Amino acid sequence: MKRQQTQKLAVGIITTVSFLVVVPILLVLIFMIANGIGGISWTFLSQPPRSGMTEGGILPAILGTIFLTLGTAIAAIPLAIGAAIYLSEYASDNRLTRLIRLAIVNLAGIPSIVYGLFGLGAFVLFLNFGTSILAGSLTLGLMTLPVVISTAEEAILSVPQEFRVVSLSLGATRWQTIRHQVLPHALPGIITGVILGLGRAAGETAPILFTVAAFYLPELPQSIFDQTMALPYHLYVISTQIPGMPMEIQYATALVLLLIVLSLTLIATFIRSSMRRRREW
Amino acid sequence: MSNPKPKLSIQNLFFTYGDETEALRNINLDIMENELFILFGPSRSGKSTLLRLMNRLSDLSEGGQRQGKILFNGSGIFSRKVDVINLRRRISMVFAIPTPLPGTIYDNLTYGLKMAGMRDKATLDERVARSLQQAALWDEVKDRLHTSAFALSGGQKQRLCLARSLALEPEVILLDNPTSGLDPISTTIVEQSLHELKQQYTIIMVPHSVQQAARVADKAAFLLDGQVIEVGRQKDLFVNPKDQRTEDYVTGRFG
Ligand SMILES: Nc1ncnc2c1ncn2[C@@H]1O[C@H](COP(=O)(O)OP(=O)(O)OP(=O)(O)O)[C@@H](O)[C@H]1O
Ligand SMILES: [Mg+2]
Repeated sequence: MKRQQTQKLAVGIITTVSFLVVVPILLVLIFMIANGIGGISWTFLSQPPRSGMTEGGILPAILGTIFLTLGTAIAAIPLAIGAAIYLSEYASDNRLTRLIRLAIVNLAGIPSIVYGLFGLGAFVLFLNFGTSILAGSLTLGLMTLPVVISTAEEAILSVPQEFRVVSLSLGATRWQTIRHQVLPHALPGIITGVILGLGRAAGETAPILFTVAAFYLPELPQSIFDQTMALPYHLYVISTQIPGMPMEIQYATALVLLLIVLSLTLIATFIRSSMRRRREW
Repeated sequence: MSNPKPKLSIQNLFFTYGDETEALRNINLDIMENELFILFGPSRSGKSTLLRLMNRLSDLSEGGQRQGKILFNGSGIFSRKVDVINLRRRISMVFAIPTPLPGTIYDNLTYGLKMAGMRDKATLDERVARSLQQAALWDEVKDRLHTSAFALSGGQKQRLCLARSLALEPEVILLDNPTSGLDPISTTIVEQSLHELKQQYTIIMVPHSVQQAARVADKAAFLLDGQVIEVGRQKDLFVNPKDQRTEDYVTGRFG
């Protein structure tokens, strides 16, 4: 009898706490939609800003964010997955690999503005890429690496060891084993990590501040050596730098950014659950 | 024909795991072609460890230390020149716990062949059918080759894993307790097929029980604490053991 009451109490507390976590997220979402939806129109999504950004749309910023996210993916994914495979499948557990893991954990904790400054020093100035999509993507990619490496490694390690041993015992090479028995089963986890990492990159301001973002640039970029506008920085600009900016445009811009990041997260969740369902063991 | 060369010759073999467990101590055994050789002994006596050394799956145990030699067709398998991948195709292991790979029955049976570069559908199909027949599983699965291997029963999985090794047409098969999950009828089926298989293969097997060892063995070695206590032909070892410890174990007085 007493045990059942404790049980009920525990479940009650856990349920309440879960609700408390969800409530602020929902409130933010509702607040943003309520304030921003009125500003969203086809013109807003398909036109460059006009009249000192107080009119027109945010197309260059939307496209800029999409370009930067793609650039981040191209810069980070191969390296991150390669590193995760190396660390989990090839490297033995020694001082060097422990040092690498420690470095990855610490890199994940570095404030994004530090990445921004590093990108300025390394990519913009030292490698002379200038303020460009290339420099911005590399900076964002670098920032995204640790989280993608960690989640990919975790996904790879969660593939049962027996599959590797059986595969090797049937005369598969190490790489064939990874290619056919490890990566397919680790893929949902890896994709989730990648998308969550990209979601974070898409929303960051500090890393692109000195490396790619343009204050006002209505023309679309022509190459990876061009600057571009980007949503997070544009939002920062219009909400702090421009006097007399209509509130509606600010909220609408924020809403668009929020929707892009949220849809990335939703895609990740969807991929994960649909691939889980197909798993056989 | 007098004094033929052994298929596998194990010479002064020692193996110690990374955690200092001395699993094998000075093993010496000769295994002839087309022989069904039984390795038996109590739990933890080193039977699985010895099997894993024979196709170098022991390489996967990090920190494991090895001394001594294993000669396969007269040449050392631990030498640097040896192609381990090829060795594992010629000396194939069936594990004690049946582990299908994710995918269909057909995928499982063709995995090793495909990894070896075989693409010809007709040959693959033919190997699948033959290996399933040899493992006494064909009748049960011939209509569901393209369904998940995980849907098989435990005993079927075990025979699937045997068939998966046979599909590679190895020279030696290493069987670690191939009937552990089987009912008496399936056990009899597998034991019978062993007699046919050894016409074509050399078989080294860890048995389910002393009774099974006595039923199927041509020759057997009794292991205890990582050492070979006694080796002999079936009728010597199980009927007239020389060593007291073998006799005690065979007659069920310990173990
Ligand atoms: N991966 C491993 N790491 C460390 N020690 C191990 C490992 N595998 C086996 N051992 C140890 O080596 C010894 C021999 O084990 P092995 O598995 O070869 O015995 P076995 O005769 O196959 O036993 P069983 O009949 O229970 O399968 C045991 O003491 C065991 O604890
Ligand atoms: Mg064993």
